[in-house]
Amino acid sequence: MWQLFHKLGSPKWFFGIANRLMPWLLLGGVALLFAGLIWGLAFAPQDYLQGNSYRIIFIHVPSAFLAQSVYIMMAVAAAVTLVWRMKLADVFVKSVAPVGAVLTFLALFTGAVWGKPTWGTWWIWDARLTSMLILLFLYFGVIALGAAISDEKSSARAVAVLVLVGVVNIPIIKYSVEWWNTLHQPATFKLTEKPSMPAEMWVPLLLSVLGLYLIFGWFACLRMQTEILIRERRTRWVKELVLAGRS
Amino acid sequence: MHPIRKKRLTIVLFLLAGIAVAVGLTTYALRQNINLFYDPSQIAAGDAPLDVRIRAGGMVEEGSVQRDPESLKVEFRVTDFNSSVLVEYTGILPDLFAEGQGVVAMGRLNASGRFVADQVLAKHDENYMPPEVAEALERASAGTHKAGDSGGPETAY
Repeated sequence: MWQLFHKLGSPKWFFGIANRLMPWLLLGGVALLFAGLIWGLAFAPQDYLQGNSYRIIFIHVPSAFLAQSVYIMMAVAAAVTLVWRMKLADVFVKSVAPVGAVLTFLALFTGAVWGKPTWGTWWIWDARLTSMLILLFLYFGVIALGAAISDEKSSARAVAVLVLVGVVNIPIIKYSVEWWNTLHQPATFKLTEKPSMPAEMWVPLLLSVLGLYLIFGWFACLRMQTEILIRERRTRWVKELVLAGRS
Repeated sequence: MHPIRKKRLTIVLFLLAGIAVAVGLTTYALRQNINLFYDPSQIAAGDAPLDVRIRAGGMVEEGSVQRDPESLKVEFRVTDFNSSVLVEYTGILPDLFAEGQGVVAMGRLNASGRFVADQVLAKHDENYMPPEVAEALERASAGTHKAGDSGGPETAY
């Protein structure tokens, strides 16, 4: 267990593992996402109230879900950075922050597009929407802070502290619809209860969520590999890898 | 675990706990400002200020919508199944607006307890279902409930 944990800290070891994992992640992700989206957008039944406009859920929910779990993953990595000073954890945080920002933006955007016909407004300052906007700004903050400090070690620590401070926003997003009166509806999916949605709607939704997770995994590996190559460009194994690639 | 790492881990955990408490207390203190709308019980209890722009939210009471045939004026009661408040609004209502649906209205509460709205938004609930299922449920509940029974939130599809 600890051995694997310490191995994970080695960029070279991770680079090799990522190489082997990536085709499977991409293949599985694309297959699941395509299946989920085609099923959801074309074959799932209409909603009794919203008609077809509810179908944006098949994009909105996966991106919102992933936007939050990416942040939680970043927070775990940030804790690892602070406690174990593991370089790879910082590589992860810096590589996935822009991905998380894009997912958050996508969630906000699709929500606005859906909100206009359903609620009657693009935007409202309710607790759910506002806390999600704060998440977007947190991602921007992480990206900006990481880019602003050129020293690798101090940048890693500063970013980790910011990520950890921001993680309190995640339960606020999750429970905002229960703690306060909001325009956003409460969660359709709860861990303890049956989803308030029939299976022919939630199965494609689940497929798209899983698919997006796998694609995120693939993309995170790809971005981390790039970051590792840049950071380790002076080491022997990277030089050998580049030479081997050229010949 | 190495003692230095243990110490760092404790600092990280303290940091998290401290921030969580601080944010928790702040949001608790601001809870009335974070709430998007007052529900009818709060308005009935006098918690909502008069003649200030506020939002009121709840379910549109069954059988309470009255449209003025001459203009776009609409009157309806918004209820949370304890109390209700009379809302008047002039304008186009969102597509999802219907009796038994959730709404959030923005406007002013006047001295006579009427809520004069200048914006009405539809609030969607967390339930999704195909139209056939909704019809079947409707038929089932029409069979078991007496006419005029507005039902609890779970039957108010």
